[in-house]
Amino acid sequence: MQEIINRAKELLANKTVARVLGWKAGDLPYNPEPAYFETEESLKDFVYNGFCGANLSKYMIEASKMEGKTMVCLKPCDTYSFNQLIKEHRVDREKAYIVGVGCKGKLDIEKIRKQGIKGIQSIKGAELTDDAEVLNMETLYGEKICDWKDAMLERCHVCKGKEHQIYDELIGESKDTKDADRFDEVKRIEAMSPEEKFAFFQKELSKCIRCNACRNVCPACSCRKCVFDSNKFDSSQKANADSFEEKMFHIIRAFHVAGRCTDCGECSRVCPQGIPLHLFNRKFIKDIDELYGEYQAGADTTSLAPLTSYTFEDAEPGIVGERG
Amino acid sequence: MQRVGVFVCHCGSNIAATVDVKKVAEMALMEPGVVHAEDYQYMCSEAGQAKIAEAIKEKQLTGIVVCSCSPRMHETTFRKAAERAGLNPYMVEIANIREHCSWIHKDMEEATKKAVILMRAAVAKVNLNTPLQPGESRVTKRALIIGGGIAGIQTALDIADAGYEVDIVEKTPSIGGRMSQLDKTFPTLDCSACILTPKMVEAAAHEKIKIYTYSEVEKVSGFVGDFTVDIRKKARSVDMDKCTGCGVCQEKCPSKKAPSEFNRGLNTRSAIYTPFAQAIPNVPVIDRENCIKFKTGKCGVCAKVCQAGAIDYEQKDEIITEKYGAIVVATGFDVIKLDNYDEYAYSQSKDVITSLELERIMNAAGPTKGHLERLSDGKAPKEMVFIQCVGSRCADDRGKSYCSKICCMYTAKHAMLIRDKYPDVNVTVFYIDVRTPGKNFDEFYRRAVEQYGVHYIKGQVGKVIPQPNGKLLVQGSDLLDNRQILKEADMVVLAAAIEPNPDVRKIATMLTASIDTNNFLTEAHAKLRPVESPTAGIFLSGVCQGPKDIPETVAQAGAAAVKAIGLLAKDKLMTNPCTAKPDELLCNGCSTCANVCPYGAITYEEKEVNDHGIRETRRLAMVNSALCQGCGACTVACPSGAMDLQGFSNRQIIAEVDAICR
Repeated sequence: MQEIINRAKELLANKTVARVLGWKAGDLPYNPEPAYFETEESLKDFVYNGFCGANLSKYMIEASKMEGKTMVCLKPCDTYSFNQLIKEHRVDREKAYIVGVGCKGKLDIEKIRKQGIKGIQSIKGAELTDDAEVLNMETLYGEKICDWKDAMLERCHVCKGKEHQIYDELIGESKDTKDADRFDEVKRIEAMSPEEKFAFFQKELSKCIRCNACRNVCPACSCRKCVFDSNKFDSSQKANADSFEEKMFHIIRAFHVAGRCTDCGECSRVCPQGIPLHLFNRKFIKDIDELYGEYQAGADTTSLAPLTSYTFEDAEPGIVGERG
Repeated sequence: MQRVGVFVCHCGSNIAATVDVKKVAEMALMEPGVVHAEDYQYMCSEAGQAKIAEAIKEKQLTGIVVCSCSPRMHETTFRKAAERAGLNPYMVEIANIREHCSWIHKDMEEATKKAVILMRAAVAKVNLNTPLQPGESRVTKRALIIGGGIAGIQTALDIADAGYEVDIVEKTPSIGGRMSQLDKTFPTLDCSACILTPKMVEAAAHEKIKIYTYSEVEKVSGFVGDFTVDIRKKARSVDMDKCTGCGVCQEKCPSKKAPSEFNRGLNTRSAIYTPFAQAIPNVPVIDRENCIKFKTGKCGVCAKVCQAGAIDYEQKDEIITEKYGAIVVATGFDVIKLDNYDEYAYSQSKDVITSLELERIMNAAGPTKGHLERLSDGKAPKEMVFIQCVGSRCADDRGKSYCSKICCMYTAKHAMLIRDKYPDVNVTVFYIDVRTPGKNFDEFYRRAVEQYGVHYIKGQVGKVIPQPNGKLLVQGSDLLDNRQILKEADMVVLAAAIEPNPDVRKIATMLTASIDTNNFLTEAHAKLRPVESPTAGIFLSGVCQGPKDIPETVAQAGAAAVKAIGLLAKDKLMTNPCTAKPDELLCNGCSTCANVCPYGAITYEEKEVNDHGIRETRRLAMVNSALCQGCGACTVACPSGAMDLQGFSNRQIIAEVDAICR
């Protein structure tokens, strides 16, 4: 962390960048939040640890409009989102000084809580320089220990790898934390009967409170005006008219980001209701992989996307239809 | 609010027999905006159109809905009628209550219910219609013909004779197509080459016709009147300007093992070759896969013997980009592969051949110099069996469901020619039906039976079994005599089904022309527009549209030419005003629309916008309405809903859906 802060200070001092986009400490040891730092002084609040899951790519849409360059800290998986935003002309590469920060997997406080660990006052072992094996926590109820792996975000179990796809410089080590198949859960749902599927999504989506956190955090949901907020479309009112239309919000959103979603997992990470929203997107990714060949959105900035390009080898509509 | 008139057509009894048209008109009056509704026997007739005009004037209608047949049939008719009455033609909507309703339903109550729903959807849409003005686009006065067979040649000659430039693109090294492989033609038995070669020469010599052989269409963009086409001229390895066509290279070429495509693989050819002696152009190509020079780097005999110095091993494929106003598809056919019909022993015996192979055997320039002989041992056959409908009129998915149309006649021709030249050969034909409609066709078949003594047996062959003595045991049934037949034959000839050239799928995709389940190109109207594709500016010539014999092909080729000439004769075309239009304030500038646009009609501009008081420069999508064809791909791809199609706006479509679901 100190290395990042030192570098940030240098870049601010020599006017390479006008601001730094990173994370600052929250009110609890496990809730840092995205923040801009414009002075060397303000960097005292900068943090970077296992709880800095937030993907900062989307903030660069806003930062691209500001004067001067922004130093942005991106984890390996965040760089896919950044690339995708370049591809969609939503961020300006010239306005970003990308520091690729190391990542050894990010932590999910809900998973720690599920282990019965509550009243956390301080956490040791979550720093980038730590070996990411075990967390030592001081809680109101004494010292508690938790395995890093058991506290990891779902998305880190299907880690895309430790390589940054785009950067100006790299700081800190990364680790590939993949230990599960990305499509296992999708396959499990695919195997369900239509009734079971409906019941599953009914159960999950009925928890939705339409806080819009998933949409607001999603780097693919970067429209100037979301169709759900615009009075130009009837969808804005329909989305919360009844419980069924509530579900349509998530399904429409999944369609809107299909082929562009990098599977960054932010939607599920921020959902206050714990809905596994990433499953919709992964189903689309799996289908796209199977119908048009493997494709990872954001792996580069120039390749043609399967849903917006055409080749003679494309699956015929009939085949797409059969697969449902 | 619009003032909408609804006009319900009986279409004689086509609609009125199944749909309660009075009820539809009555229900229309209850729809929002509808101030007038009436029904009439034939809305498209002069009297019907007069009723529409009268109502527009009297009731000051601002929009009309005609409940009638498919808009493809009469949308233009009603738009013109509305325009004459002073209404913008784009304020007309058609509710298709014939093809979508009366023709597919039997129950009057149900059909009427559906007709009312379709009417409601159209009213809901017209309520949101806005007057649109068409623009103009230019017409490039040049036609492209894809395929250089008799169909393509005839279309090219007809268009060129009318004074327009024509380019023919032919995949193989020579024009001529299937017809050049035929020996004689029915029903007159004149020699195929004698009537085809003069046409080939005429096309090659025509000052308005340019022929690209050994070339393929690689990319097509643009639209009716203004297509841009990339043609790949494959490397011939022979300089066309220098070659004199002396043929020494072919004689001296040491690699002579490649199967001759022209002779259907019955004999071989050299690696440097012209497909046949009368090839046009008479310039050989080097088949690089079989050429020793290309395979090993050593040889170069052709270059050494070529007096003209025309051999060029370094030649590369060349891409020619050209503009065309009209494109005619004349890609023709091939016979099907017989993998699914192993019971006829085609793959097991050299003496089981297809009719096209027999055509080559009978031809003086063919592999046997025109002698009828068994390919296995060169002996003259005494007993020949022809099997009809191999893969045609097939009920299961082994073959084709359609009748290949030409087989009955060419089999009668083959039988007659064999009996004429070799009276000692016994000829038997197994058939399902003998189909001979056509001028002088049945007479021709009767001659085969009555004058030439060809045995016709109604029945199918179940199996052909090669015998140890070299003969073929044919097991068939005679349905008229109700008996099984076992017959020993020396040769068996299969009338294999014909199918569209397999490349047509790729070409149709490039042209956005539709094809049916059998890969035949679909016509704009099966009866009234048989030589036009539903895609404007694309015309169909020959077997690519459906099975045809030579006279029909030539007739259709001429018809396609006339349609193309009709287009090329125009200086300007009215463009469709139903084009895409982006909402500047919603556009993200993400390029998704430009990525999916098949016409290259979308570009981006940095433009200053005022978004509710916020002034900023944004990257925005711009639609070139001259290029936009209104396909709507961008409107569905746009993630923010910024792109909309005029005349088919998202709001209009949703209103239609809402009206249907009401």
